[in-house]
Amino acid sequence: MTVAGHTNAPAPADERFANVGLVARLLQRPDTGAAIGALAVFLLFAYTARSVNWAGDFGVWSSWLNTSAYDGIVAVPVALLMIGGEFDLSAGVMIGSSGLLLGILTTRADWNIWPATAVVILFGLTIGFLNGFTVVKTKLPSFIVTLGTFFMLRGLNAGATISITGGVSIDNIDRAPGFNFAHKLFASIVWPKYGLGVPVIWWLGLTVVAAWVLARTRFGNWVFSVGGDPVAARNVGVPVARTKILLFMTTSTVASLWGIMTAVSLRGMQSNEGVGREFEFIIAAVVGGCLLTGGYGSVVGAAFGAAIIGMAQIGIISSGWDSNWVYFFEGVVLVAAVMLNTAIRRRAERAR
Amino acid sequence: MNGTNGTAVHLLELEHVSKYFGNVVALKDVSLHVDAGEVTCILGDNGAGKSTLIKILSGVHTHDGGVVRIDGPEVRFGSPREARHAGVATVYQDLAIVPLMSIWRNFFLGEEPTKGRGPLRRFDIAFAKKTAREQIAEMGVDIRDPDQPVGTLSGGERQAVAIGRAVYFGARVLILDEPTSALGVKQAGVVLRYIVRAAERGVGVIFITHNPHHAHPVGDHFVLLNRGRVIGDHTKQSVTREQLVREMAGGAELEALTHELEGVVEA
Repeated sequence: MTVAGHTNAPAPADERFANVGLVARLLQRPDTGAAIGALAVFLLFAYTARSVNWAGDFGVWSSWLNTSAYDGIVAVPVALLMIGGEFDLSAGVMIGSSGLLLGILTTRADWNIWPATAVVILFGLTIGFLNGFTVVKTKLPSFIVTLGTFFMLRGLNAGATISITGGVSIDNIDRAPGFNFAHKLFASIVWPKYGLGVPVIWWLGLTVVAAWVLARTRFGNWVFSVGGDPVAARNVGVPVARTKILLFMTTSTVASLWGIMTAVSLRGMQSNEGVGREFEFIIAAVVGGCLLTGGYGSVVGAAFGAAIIGMAQIGIISSGWDSNWVYFFEGVVLVAAVMLNTAIRRRAERAR
Repeated sequence: MNGTNGTAVHLLELEHVSKYFGNVVALKDVSLHVDAGEVTCILGDNGAGKSTLIKILSGVHTHDGGVVRIDGPEVRFGSPREARHAGVATVYQDLAIVPLMSIWRNFFLGEEPTKGRGPLRRFDIAFAKKTAREQIAEMGVDIRDPDQPVGTLSGGERQAVAIGRAVYFGARVLILDEPTSALGVKQAGVVLRYIVRAAERGVGVIFITHNPHHAHPVGDHFVLLNRGRVIGDHTKQSVTREQLVREMAGGAELEALTHELEGVVEA
């Protein structure tokens, strides 16, 4: 009975291996459903938005990729956090808080943009730490804790902006020293012919790094375990609290980064920026195969999820429909994707 | 059997260990020993103190009285980590495995082997898959695919993963908390074989159970607990299965209960 284990024969020597074909292997991946969904949505708009040459015009591709990056960048850490078993509802409003802080530092305190950026990143790390620390110490659901953070920051954003500027926005960030290079790094167009923005590169880069960390590092293994069964993880020596706090910090910090990028891109910041975006990040992660209960999911899937949202936002307008249908569409995609993912996962597990 | 006065040094030894929770006596004067390559069964009904004993040995609780020794010197575990470093591994009822994660990810969870350095230091996945497969095969289970989520394994196979993991990571004393209680007859038999297999590999196994029918075939000696005290300590030669059953249930009590139940059935 143990013979197979003692010999160093290659694994396919076991006849049961051969039965697990390529299709079955693909179906076991959490991101397969999102990839199929993204393809389906792409084909849908290739038909309904054929008047703008949806499938063939790289300008159209660039426009939905730029929009996808808007959700995709923050969806990356949100997906990791969900796999780690937690939510962050403050990820959207953090964009606004961070952009406003950058604006205040550069336009009211006349800082150079780079020290201001460093302070904003520090701010992101701090808020993430506070979120994570509170969740881990109080054992309250992260849904509640970060909902609290969300409302506090939302109030702070509006209140602070009004008391400092008398209005609802901070403008003229482009007057800050160092702005040009920041603009090049955070908000430029990398492919002028089609208008492809640099955030798309950030989005894809972050996705690749996070997917690698999740699949190939010790920390990635811990992320799965703290979401899958934190008690079991602790029993085998995984630093559960530290892992979760780090995930919260990553989420807030990437939201801050995106706040900086948005502020630089718009050269200013509205006090309500980012509010409501947190749900799109969660939709992207869930469509991408992340379980709401944690322990399962994919960063690459979240990128497909963000692509679906981006395509919907551009495709619905390109098809000549009213833009309010975007929300309806996102709702349909969310429910359909969750059903599809669940069906695929059950099928994959039963197939064994 | 007292290690201090000379003759034999045991792998693990407890002398008059007591534990109180407030004014509740959870364990009182418990003495027992475990040797390498042997299976020591700790038998007791619910509330007998088995869980408290496990928690002391695995570093979750510290004892209030008595001495715990490993290879002679006294030890006192402040945390589960310290116990593991001393070679005491515990396989809990819930197995400390994550059902949604693959076998190889579970096998190395918390002790992931790495390769590369600096920012490229990464989980050595090829090694993890190969080793997990080999080690579980060593327990007598031939897993099809290390990528399989543990949740798709049978209860017995999960035990094999958990036990194989503990043995691989250098457990010298392996504590198994009710490994057979949630299993059917056939699966329980399979797990009993893993217990023997682990002992054959030189591990001192502590098999916690309330089922003398599971304990008797695999145990080398038997410690019976009741209300936090040792009420019996037998070697395999000195006790039959029937004696174990009777002693565990409190002998006369069981007979009284049998009469009572028969009365109910007849009525």
